[in-house]
Amino acid sequence: MIQGILGKKLGMTQVFVADGSCVSVTVVEAGPCTVVQKKAKSTDGYNALQLGFGVKKTHRVNKPMMGHFKKADQGAFAHLRELAVEEVDSYQVGDQITCDAVFKAGDIIDVTGTSKGKGFQGVIKRWGFSGGRATHGSHFHRAPGSIGMSAWPARVFKGKKMPGQMGNARVTLQNLEVVEVRPEQNLILVKGSIPGPNQGVVLIRKGLKA
Amino acid sequence: MNIVNYIGMEHMRKDTPIFKAGDTLRVHVKITEGDKQRIQVFQGVCIKRRNNGVSSSFTVRKVSNAMGVERIFPLHGPLVNKIEVMMVGRVRRAKLYYLRNLQGKAARIKEIRQR
Repeated sequence: MIQGILGKKLGMTQVFVADGSCVSVTVVEAGPCTVVQKKAKSTDGYNALQLGFGVKKTHRVNKPMMGHFKKADQGAFAHLRELAVEEVDSYQVGDQITCDAVFKAGDIIDVTGTSKGKGFQGVIKRWGFSGGRATHGSHFHRAPGSIGMSAWPARVFKGKKMPGQMGNARVTLQNLEVVEVRPEQNLILVKGSIPGPNQGVVLIRKGLKA
Repeated sequence: MNIVNYIGMEHMRKDTPIFKAGDTLRVHVKITEGDKQRIQVFQGVCIKRRNNGVSSSFTVRKVSNAMGVERIFPLHGPLVNKIEVMMVGRVRRAKLYYLRNLQGKAARIKEIRQR
């Protein structure tokens, strides 16, 4: 049984659940994904399925990729991702994988996406440093301050929190809950927020720690 | 239509009355105690209303034992059994935060007379 599916984050809203409380949910258009390639232990050394998701115009696809997509005969895909499975024999190239085949309401899932890019940021925004006072003659505002000691160790320790690129990185949120699955619209409602902007592509998998 | 708004709309109620800030409301709230459910009424002045689709809410303020009490209700929440509009008030603000600083006679709101 495949353990995940590709999806597109559509946005957030809130729903009311059975006990009357309201729950913030993220709406994800999950699947349908097509099996584009089967990777078997005998030929590739591991068992996996390559899934295609999202429409790509065929005139934008180069010939080698078009030949690859032809085997599934479902048009071209914008995103390809491999997911490990225990055995590939029950799947055929060209099979559709829908969200209700993988998830149901109440499941614990992990969601992987690319976080929103924040650009090159200082230590206050990036690491939550407190910074100095703004007024009363202070010259120390948003700088990181000392980054280490002197003659020993005479270097900066690895992993020191410093300014740099923030966001636009692969982020996985674990142990999120599926509130609702709507197979007719290919929608999954996930409790809480998930990484990335709206319209961003996310990978939803069964919870590793569930 | 945007599918996210559509999901919110499915959870919206169609039986909410028309009211705005300044109106006096009686809000019937469902309260669960153990396995029993009963209705409690909260009556006061609506001091603000936030219109935002399914997450719309409104705040009701009343003075109970000389202590101001405010409750925020989700407009479309299933725990709000019924909203009654007792009086339509005449106010010139959308958010009546100034009522928090007034008490007694000064905190009254005039009624709009129906013709």
